[in-house]
Amino acid sequence: MERHVKLSRISRAGSVALVGALALTLAACGSDNPTGDAPENTGAPAAESPAGDISGTFSGAGASSQESAMGAWIAGFQSQNPDVSVSYDAAGSGAGREQFLAGGVSFAGSDAALKDEELQSSTEVCGPDGAIDLPLYISPIAVAFNLPGISSLNLAPETIANIFAGNITSWNDPAIAADNPDVNLPDMAITPVHRSDDSGTTDNFTEYLHATAGDVWTWEPDGVFPVEGGDSAQGTSGVVGIVNDTEGAVTYADASRVGQLGTAAIKVGEEWVPVSPEAAAAAVDASHEVEGRHEHDLAFELDRTTTAAGAYPLVLISYSLACLNYADEAEGNFVKAFLGYIASSEGQQAAASAAGSAPISDDLRSQVEQAIDAITVG
Amino acid sequence: MTTTASPPATTRRRRSGDTERGMSRVFRWISTAAAVLLLAVLAAVAVFLVQRGLPALTASGEELQTAGRLPRGMTHLGQLVGPLVFGTLLAAAIALLLATPVAVGIALFISHYAPRRLAAGIGYVVDLLAAIPSVVFGLWGGRTLAPVVADVWVWVAGVLNSIPGLEVRATATGRSLATASVVLAVMILPIITAVSREVFLQTPKLHEEAALALGATRWEVVRTAVLPFGRSGVISAAMLGLGRALGETMAVLMILSPGLLYSFQIFDSGQQQTIAAYIANQFPESSGLAVNVLIATGLALFVITMAVNMLARWIVARRKEFSGAN
Repeated sequence: MERHVKLSRISRAGSVALVGALALTLAACGSDNPTGDAPENTGAPAAESPAGDISGTFSGAGASSQESAMGAWIAGFQSQNPDVSVSYDAAGSGAGREQFLAGGVSFAGSDAALKDEELQSSTEVCGPDGAIDLPLYISPIAVAFNLPGISSLNLAPETIANIFAGNITSWNDPAIAADNPDVNLPDMAITPVHRSDDSGTTDNFTEYLHATAGDVWTWEPDGVFPVEGGDSAQGTSGVVGIVNDTEGAVTYADASRVGQLGTAAIKVGEEWVPVSPEAAAAAVDASHEVEGRHEHDLAFELDRTTTAAGAYPLVLISYSLACLNYADEAEGNFVKAFLGYIASSEGQQAAASAAGSAPISDDLRSQVEQAIDAITVG
Repeated sequence: MTTTASPPATTRRRRSGDTERGMSRVFRWISTAAAVLLLAVLAAVAVFLVQRGLPALTASGEELQTAGRLPRGMTHLGQLVGPLVFGTLLAAAIALLLATPVAVGIALFISHYAPRRLAAGIGYVVDLLAAIPSVVFGLWGGRTLAPVVADVWVWVAGVLNSIPGLEVRATATGRSLATASVVLAVMILPIITAVSREVFLQTPKLHEEAALALGATRWEVVRTAVLPFGRSGVISAAMLGLGRALGETMAVLMILSPGLLYSFQIFDSGQQQTIAAYIANQFPESSGLAVNVLIATGLALFVITMAVNMLARWIVARRKEFSGAN
């Protein structure tokens, strides 16, 4: 018996050592600290210290739509604050909100603003004022198609709805031809491709169709594509990949990711607006905030039926979620500095060049800055 | 081996209680611990699935629709799990139908037809197939095979459509269950081949020589001696392959355009979905009860795979009785 006990003790010690070694390795991977010091969570000086003195390891989680922009933001922020290590787990909006509300991450990215009951539960980890939504990632959604030799088409909302509902099945359908008199449309079957996963892009796309072509698109807006059957794939790269491989296919996807595919100009009022970051930002400015929330909560109710000149209302807003109060000083200072960097014109430009997002307007920026200033620490 | 060679020595050792000492005893405990660990892990997975799936099983239809994010128009879990189980079984069954004959052919070629050197080479290549990660199969199937095979499916659908009373649809993208099943078949080919080959090699030489002595051709030897002897082995090999096909996630996820229908339109998109791919697809945006719903579907997959494995076990066990050797 003596021997057995000894043996199990040895193996237990071995496993402890192994776990410890693993943890060390992981910690080493997570740190971009050039001096090689282990980052200290508690080492942050008092609140008045300027950016550059913040240190520690912090994490966020959430929407995959923000992933490439977040990469640029983290890189930019860490170059200004070499003692900080930031990680972002693009686990999806829902998972991000859940982790954030459980206090697992310092901030979250989400394609949807917090729901009322989530705002309620946020008071548990965020202090009495709860959490706020900050619209820091605005991205236009393109209707992209693969038609040889055609790089742009005029598509009215009703036409798009009919295509994705399966009512229009050929590219030379009279409804498409009527809006594109100068284009030689091929006699080719349309293969609409949608996202098979629950996604913010689908949510915004169906919301747009429901608002602008309600007679055709009778389904309620949802992150899950409502029409049964049809081709689909997981993720933006998945749907864009299929459309690239299949002539006559059409999909909706983040505008920065459609590559060489043709894109549609959509009908806003009486004019045709092609997809562009500027037009997307214009559409957000033409919208109004959701009412009945905290004064610094900037959740937007996008006006999909706007007729504002040059606005492209088929747009996705992805929010950064933050608490209005952080009990941990270092964490609070980090979130304020990090979100401040994201909202700055430098941060927005970084996202625009990395992810093709639309930089927020100066007007919106000043609102966001006020909200960030309102975050209290300690 | 030494025990049979010198029985007196063992008895002496056993009497002095010395058979297990030093490394022997250590090794006994290591192997026991490994076996216990395996059972513990299995039990932990089962407990996790039941515990986390239970909220979804007991929730009301309304809760499942709102918090559980059941697909539109579904009010209880069965409406989701049913089509998923159907799709999973259909995909795996087609894969099995495609892979088993080919695998048996390869195995027979290696064991009875090919020159020894060639046989070793082919066996090596088949084993190599098993080493390719499923995500690579998924990429290949979704991006390379699907666009190519789409034309074949459209043609097949056209031919089948000429039969009166049959309506077969086919998608232009090739992202259908048929394509997914073909890739699954390639993925389970190595395991079925390897096991079948071993079984065929076990065929008693006496049986084969007896058949030859009666004037049988090579094919008749295979038919009268090798195949009957190896039948149950091939069946259990196919069951092992089926187990892999049932649980395969990545390849299906990347190839199939999913849908939740009880549909035999295997060339069309948006008809069927498998459990594993459904979970992987839905999990990133799920929270709360929706996760419990996914875990409950995982429980269904667990039960199916267990059933398949038990079936395979039963067949393997039965084999002992009529093993041709005696």
